[in-house]
Amino acid sequence: MPGKVLSALDPDALDRLAERLPLGSALISATNGKTTSAAMAAEILSPGSRLAHNASGANLVSGVTSTLLSARNAELGLFEVDEAALPEIARRVRPRAVCLGNLFRDQLDRYGELEHVAERWRAMVGELPAEAVLVVNGDDPQVGDLSRERPGGLVFGLDDPRHARPELQHAADSKWCLSCGRPYEYAAAYVGHLGDYRCPACGHGRPPLDVSATDVELRGLEGVDFTLAASAGERRVRLAVPGLYNVYNALAAASLALALDAGLDEVQAGLERFGAAFGRFERITIGERSLLVLLVKNPAGANEAVRTLVVGGAPKLAVVALNDAIADGRDVSWIWDVDWEPLLAGLDRVVVTGERAAEMALRCKYGGFPPEAIEVVPELDRALDRGLELTPDGGELVVLPTYTAMLALRKIVSERGFVRPYWERAA
Amino acid sequence: MTAIRVAHLYPEYLNIYADRGNIAVLANRAAWRGIELAAEPVSIGEALRPGAHDLIYIGGGQDREQALIAPDLAAKGDAIRESVEGGAAVLAVCGGYQLLGLFYRDRGGAELTGAGLFPLHTVAGERRLIGDCLLECELEPGEKRTLAGFENHAGLTRLETGAEPLGRVVAGFGNDGASGFEGCRVGAAIGTYLHGPLLPRNPWLADWLLARALEHRGETLALGELPDALEHEAHLVSAARARSRGGRF
Repeated sequence: MPGKVLSALDPDALDRLAERLPLGSALISATNGKTTSAAMAAEILSPGSRLAHNASGANLVSGVTSTLLSARNAELGLFEVDEAALPEIARRVRPRAVCLGNLFRDQLDRYGELEHVAERWRAMVGELPAEAVLVVNGDDPQVGDLSRERPGGLVFGLDDPRHARPELQHAADSKWCLSCGRPYEYAAAYVGHLGDYRCPACGHGRPPLDVSATDVELRGLEGVDFTLAASAGERRVRLAVPGLYNVYNALAAASLALALDAGLDEVQAGLERFGAAFGRFERITIGERSLLVLLVKNPAGANEAVRTLVVGGAPKLAVVALNDAIADGRDVSWIWDVDWEPLLAGLDRVVVTGERAAEMALRCKYGGFPPEAIEVVPELDRALDRGLELTPDGGELVVLPTYTAMLALRKIVSERGFVRPYWERAA
Repeated sequence: MTAIRVAHLYPEYLNIYADRGNIAVLANRAAWRGIELAAEPVSIGEALRPGAHDLIYIGGGQDREQALIAPDLAAKGDAIRESVEGGAAVLAVCGGYQLLGLFYRDRGGAELTGAGLFPLHTVAGERRLIGDCLLECELEPGEKRTLAGFENHAGLTRLETGAEPLGRVVAGFGNDGASGFEGCRVGAAIGTYLHGPLLPRNPWLADWLLARALEHRGETLALGELPDALEHEAHLVSAARARSRGGRF
């Protein structure tokens, strides 16, 4: 809020506050994983420098300004930035490094079509200061292509075809060649359209990787191990958060840190210290039971949450909380693009909640789930109680909330004394 | 009984607003009445034979995908019009709706020729029309029903004189934000901007399309009632959203 007031009173506040940072700023943007990638990068960089980091996810101009205002002694700015706000923030902050993770279809009612975001990013890259380092995910065709505009940066990606999906998921984006429009062929598709692609017609394909993850071992819900390979050498990394998508987040954080001159040992230690960004993947103990909270906000992210749960031992019960505030996306059609079926196949019962609970109930029903096993409980607190009541002592209740439902859920749980409010942790 | 034959046009290109949800609703609501429904993807370069399908479905895509399929769709125009004249049902949503019109003109003035089924044309506007939307329709004389959905389009669609809209806008923008109408109907062909997807929360329209498809098949089977309490609730929530925050200029 102070950032909003200051920006209104002094439109150049952000530019001047950013200019004062002796070590400059780094920006991270992506449809999925920007909060987690930035939190991982903060874990790597914070022992070495005093950071201004918008850990609570306030990622518009006002949020970045507020963060700078409240971190007056910071040396280095580390900001996750909203995809649509990135061009303006990059122009004003004049970053030392920009890390671009991925572009998935997300809240079309808010961001517009994916291609338009990609075009704006391309223009932004063209206007970066000459000395700025561009770090991109080469596994995303739209994002990886930006490295061709600006050589000398870092390209990261995943190299372990054992973990490829057998085919592109239903909701895959960017599957048509950027140069000629033919379908890409994938040697391996890992998460949505992220993978090792090549156009059979014109040869447009994944750029060479500077930083890669190989020998990935998924450890169910407990975490994931991989070998981080960069020009400086290799390190085996044990992450305490699960899923291939977190390997991508770790690669983004590691590459950005390397671009900011961190050493491989710092990178490895930081990634291994990392817990989870709030609400993204979180266990909360409630008396005899625990909650496992996985944020879902768009098809690609929700597909990975489903895959993580199923790989980790499919649950019998889940609570899905669907809200449609602006931050969730007012258009809830995205839930129909999510492949919920592998999760539904293992469930005995689903409790649907939130302002659009009935819509989620229909998604389950028309996905083949028996209607009599669907409970519609629109009020979040009652749905939580119902879920806990159905969970045996010592058991774990899986909750999949959208963004504002996650915030509301944390508030309910913290009011009951089970978790500290996130703003304490973020501070 | 033989199956209802559905042609799903360009599913790998046009699927942006969860179009598979509409297909899942048609398939399930047929199956729950003991009727088989076979959906066949028909894509670029694949022939669409008039009369071979009882229902044609086409969804929406992003600009790039729509431009990729537009020439092929225009080439299928005769077959689509002939199918509809023969009584086949059509559901066209968003981009598919625009491209079944006469033409689509983008911001730069470039035109994509449409398939010419619906007597309308679309011109890209300055801003997107985004929000919840509620319509009142009367597809059968004397039977007024509501449709609740979500619209997100930059195109402003204008119906030719005498063209029949799908419905009257109760809340939201509709075809162009000005006419007070949304969508278009030609025989058993329905075009609309409403997604959500449209059919789960408006099961009466799914049943209307299935009934038209059965008629095309030569069946005079009455479709029995289904327990639609969840669908009804989702409709009410969506309709309330449109009334409280549907788009308006």
